[in-house]
Amino acid sequence: MSEFAEQSSVLRMESVRKTFGGTVVLRDVDLEVAPHTVTALIGASGSGKSTLLRCANLLEEIDDGAIWLDGEEITDPRADQDAVRRRIGVVFQAYNLFPHMTVLENITLAPRRVHGVARAEAEERARELLERLGLGAKAGEYPDRLSGGQQQRVAIVRALAVRPRLLLLDEITAALDPELVGEVLTVVRDLKGEGMTMVLATHEMGFAREVADQVCFLDGGVVLERGTAEQVFGEPRQERTRRFLRRVMDAGRL
Amino acid sequence: MTVVKEQSGQDNPGGTRDGHGAYVPSPRRIEREAYKRARARRATAIAALSTLGTGALLYLIVVNAPGWPRTRETFFNWEYAREAFPQVLEGLWLNVRLLLVCGAAVLVLGMLIAIARTLPGPVFFPVRALAAAYTDFFRGLPLIITLMIVVLGVPALRLQGVTVDPVLLGGTALTLTYSAYVAEVFRAGIESVHPSQRAAARSLGLTNRQALRHVVLPQAVRRQVPPLLNDLVSLQKDTGLVSIGGAVDAVRAADIIVGRSLNYTPYIVAGLVFVALTIPMTRFTDWVTARMDRRRAQGGTP
Repeated sequence: MSEFAEQSSVLRMESVRKTFGGTVVLRDVDLEVAPHTVTALIGASGSGKSTLLRCANLLEEIDDGAIWLDGEEITDPRADQDAVRRRIGVVFQAYNLFPHMTVLENITLAPRRVHGVARAEAEERARELLERLGLGAKAGEYPDRLSGGQQQRVAIVRALAVRPRLLLLDEITAALDPELVGEVLTVVRDLKGEGMTMVLATHEMGFAREVADQVCFLDGGVVLERGTAEQVFGEPRQERTRRFLRRVMDAGRL
Repeated sequence: MTVVKEQSGQDNPGGTRDGHGAYVPSPRRIEREAYKRARARRATAIAALSTLGTGALLYLIVVNAPGWPRTRETFFNWEYAREAFPQVLEGLWLNVRLLLVCGAAVLVLGMLIAIARTLPGPVFFPVRALAAAYTDFFRGLPLIITLMIVVLGVPALRLQGVTVDPVLLGGTALTLTYSAYVAEVFRAGIESVHPSQRAAARSLGLTNRQALRHVVLPQAVRRQVPPLLNDLVSLQKDTGLVSIGGAVDAVRAADIIVGRSLNYTPYIVAGLVFVALTIPMTRFTDWVTARMDRRRAQGGTP
């Protein structure tokens, strides 16, 4: 693979394989994420979407294959994992906020400790982001005192506070009230408008269809089908994709 | 672009394992693992070298100290060590028995006190207050004073049917003090379990007792193991204090020989015997907790 081709994508996966014990969770997964695009990973629970995101952030060590971030192989054992993670923001399904810190401390932890941003500057940016997500009044609260939807928005702000090169979103709306889903999705839409590169695992098919430049359907740890949202949702080629989308549609989520 | 990859170039097309091509590690993986092995070997070599170097340095410093020949004679005399070892071992049997009996009693009593302190509801206020008073008092009272009061004070009462055996009384004193410590360890563990866990258990209709038994305590125990072990090792060493009532344990046995010979080697022997007793216990609990973690970690049940 030439250096030139690697440079063109923010994230690139090649033949990634991941097993837990004897179970193969990801098999020969290839993925390319171009700058300023949104990639949606869809598929049933347990199809490997979350694992794929965790591998991209080196939270899971892959068994085989390779992953590049901005043309640099991050799965090379010689790579500095912390340096890689500094450039990637992650929002988890279960928020994963630090319960012993206030909202503001949660958000400013990484900018201050990892990126060396001055306290005043870090807090200013945190407040600005909180304001934008409608959480301006919650800066001093502790996470356990917020609703699930509020916690998830704080988690998004925490990921954004370090101005990541790539944002990984793992089912971020799975636990939100319908009206909050809209709010959070507006945030993601805005981020796309600002050119943020994102990979998101989601069950919100309508949103995936609207916002994603590329849609990947995972099934049994394999990327069974991929293409533009129009292709995958409009005229899926694989029987399994059609079946999955039909089930989702029956459940009223498309 | 639609890509369906059932078999990549790296897979062996002849294989049929679970419906896909049998997996063959890529050269990339083989290279990566070779690098990791090489790095592990290098780390081991560096660790061995630095350990050897540190050991040699310490040895040279001690051996070249001006008082070394004399110190060696007084603290590391082989003859005295040989003489002391069987007697120290015999004394150690008392420590071991005390440890086993007191340890079990402390765990039970400590757990009861901890549960008493975390009982909710106004009815239990006196129980909570009593448990709190108990821990406050016996944690604050120096162990040696508890021992003297129990071992020397109780026989002085000349009560009918109450033992005057210093070992039994000493064990009681140890249990009183260590139950207070261990109760606090248990309580901290119980309270460290996130309230949402108790809420989830109660919402399923479990009673407070059931929630504690099936949800809170199992999670708390994992975090309590290292501090519990700390207290157990500490208890093991403090069992020697029953010798103030006249019982002969490992330290006292060494003490007797030292008093006779004015050579300190028996102390070293007794110390090493205690360390030798602690290490397997630590390794065992490490193994148990590691096993608990492995079963819970991602990958155990994908």
